[in-house]
Amino acid sequence: MREEKHIFTMLVDNEPGVLSRVVGLFSGRGFNIDSLVVAETVDPKVSRITLVSKADQPVIEQIEKQLNKLINVIKIRDLTGPEAVKREMALICVNAKSDHRAEILRIVDIFRCKVVDVGLEHYIIEVTGTGEKVAALLQLLKPMGIKKIARTGPLALLREPS
Amino acid sequence: MELSGAEILIRVLKEEGVDTIFGFPGGAVIDIYDELVRSDIRHILVRHEQGAVHAADGYARAGNTVGVCLVTSGPGATNTVTGLASAYMDSIPLVVLSGQVPTQLIGNDAFQEVDIVGITRPCTKHNYLVKDIGDLTRTLKEAFYLARSGRPGPVLIDLPKDVVKSKTVYSPIKKVTLKSYNPTYKPNIKQLKKIVELIADAQRPVIFAGGGIILSGASEHLTALARNAQVPVTTSLMGLGGFPGTDPLWLGMIGMHGTYRANMSTGACDLLLSIGVRFDDRVTGKTDSFASQAKIVHIDIDPTSIRKNIPVTIPVVGDCRSTLKELNAMLTKADLGDLKKKRKPWLDQIEEWKSTKPLAYRQTDRIKPQYVVEKLYEITKGQAIVTTEVGQNQMWAAQYYHFDHPNHFITSGGLGCMGFGLPAAIGAQLACPDKTVVDIAGDGSIQMNIQEMATAMQYCLPVKIVILNNGYLGMVRQWQELFYDKRYACTDMEHAPDFVKLAEAYGAVGLRATKPQDVEAVLKEGLSVAKPVIMDFAVEREESVYPMVPAGAPITEMLLV
Repeated sequence: MREEKHIFTMLVDNEPGVLSRVVGLFSGRGFNIDSLVVAETVDPKVSRITLVSKADQPVIEQIEKQLNKLINVIKIRDLTGPEAVKREMALICVNAKSDHRAEILRIVDIFRCKVVDVGLEHYIIEVTGTGEKVAALLQLLKPMGIKKIARTGPLALLREPS
Repeated sequence: MELSGAEILIRVLKEEGVDTIFGFPGGAVIDIYDELVRSDIRHILVRHEQGAVHAADGYARAGNTVGVCLVTSGPGATNTVTGLASAYMDSIPLVVLSGQVPTQLIGNDAFQEVDIVGITRPCTKHNYLVKDIGDLTRTLKEAFYLARSGRPGPVLIDLPKDVVKSKTVYSPIKKVTLKSYNPTYKPNIKQLKKIVELIADAQRPVIFAGGGIILSGASEHLTALARNAQVPVTTSLMGLGGFPGTDPLWLGMIGMHGTYRANMSTGACDLLLSIGVRFDDRVTGKTDSFASQAKIVHIDIDPTSIRKNIPVTIPVVGDCRSTLKELNAMLTKADLGDLKKKRKPWLDQIEEWKSTKPLAYRQTDRIKPQYVVEKLYEITKGQAIVTTEVGQNQMWAAQYYHFDHPNHFITSGGLGCMGFGLPAAIGAQLACPDKTVVDIAGDGSIQMNIQEMATAMQYCLPVKIVILNNGYLGMVRQWQELFYDKRYACTDMEHAPDFVKLAEAYGAVGLRATKPQDVEAVLKEGLSVAKPVIMDFAVEREESVYPMVPAGAPITEMLLV
């Protein structure tokens, strides 16, 4: 069966050990995690975990059910479809020697991202957008030499009904 | 009035109806023990913490209640892991209380410190570390609620010593609600209507029931369903006793060591009503060929069990008891036609399988282990509570003791944990003091928790141990014989204790039979003594369990005697 990427978002009790229950479930049952983002919500007792996993349909169904079974998981939703907004963020440190500096700034402008740190030979660029956008930006910056990169996985939020 | 953590603990245990605790003291739980002995809760001092958990498991199953254990930190806690894993696999409600070092020492590699919450996370339904006495009452109440509701399971609570010693005002909690936990008991009626139609249309239906029947107390509803709809019944190991083993519609157990007729009818059926099961690999064999001609209905309280291993036609999330009750009510109103006539060809086919390929073994001049179990069944009139160890002894017990009642067969089904039977028998005997409780054991597995003989003696628990002694780790030997060219690597128990003398050393009674004609007399004598008894039966060394489905083969492809 074909493997598909699914993005799950869940509200969990903001308690020690909860993340370990979620992650332990994946390792213990041989499911994979592509990416994982965790932070507190407006209610300090509740955190939101956004998790991407790649698997075939029956396994995706198991993942959702197994996560639901964890006592500390309050609510889980599969937000793979278009009903949710998805964004990723990356910080990219790129080589910026004098002959490339203008070109990099042009790319930053086109992609509507920001330079958040400048040195004599580097820029750190902050980019937010879909996974495709981040990938496209990296593609363009690659020839200049990417020194290092830090990337979040996707975040997703259900759109309000219009 | 302010109460200490230990006092609160005892109060909540009393509120939850706990009358018996299995445990072993240590530094981190002295305060709890100090309080416990002042209460009227009975404490059973085991000889090893693994024994405590298995005993609580046996107590929970035989007594239909929650089993409770109390152990100290560090090694006391780690010794519970096997018992927790076994209870988790078999969905047995337990609450295990473990001591922990004081909160300010947690993480310091303190004496007898271990991260037991971390260790037991994957083998408990849920677990807790109580860091604040303010959370103690709520945590205890939640633990009991979680253990016994939904799909039951073990819950561990780790109790740091300072939390137990500190004091707070006790405010009782009457009702527990958890916003993230809401098991579905009531089935979807639309799905049940479809099942009624399938039952009406089916030519060759089979019911496959499991441990869920016993856990939810649904045996009578299952029996009514089978009889009203004239559907033959097989069960998993965990479901034995959920349907009368002497009923004409009984097919025997399914799976790797299932009966010929149970496995063949599962292979040939056009409707499989699976109720309270999880399609373990020992049941299904090769999954692609499992019930491949059938529409499959799957009723279970745990949504994760459904479509985990086997695709199903009609999934129903619900408690077996409420679901079957509802289904039976709908079936009585439905027009099923002349069932006796309609089912006749199918039941005749099953009868033919039964008469041509019954459960069988060859009598010789040696004691056959199957014969010992058959005699035990006769002498106890099928009314004993039987616990088992794991391996051949377990399978022969399952095949040759015919259980008519639920909660009478107590075995480590999912985990397959040697050393389970004796402590479980102790727990079962405490739950049912008037019952005959027999542990059917092998000479290998009985030695894994033999120390609990002392517990049985201390509390005058007349458990009976039947050792089918073949001097081998028999099930592994059987695999080596069949699939490894008889290379018996490390399965010959070349040295064994004299079990009769060992029994006597504990102050119990030891009996031995070496010839078939002694079996009956030894069983009769052993069962009549009001003390723990070890009965050592020197059985045929290389006897194997048949039928056998080789691992990974379709269950219809059985090796027979």
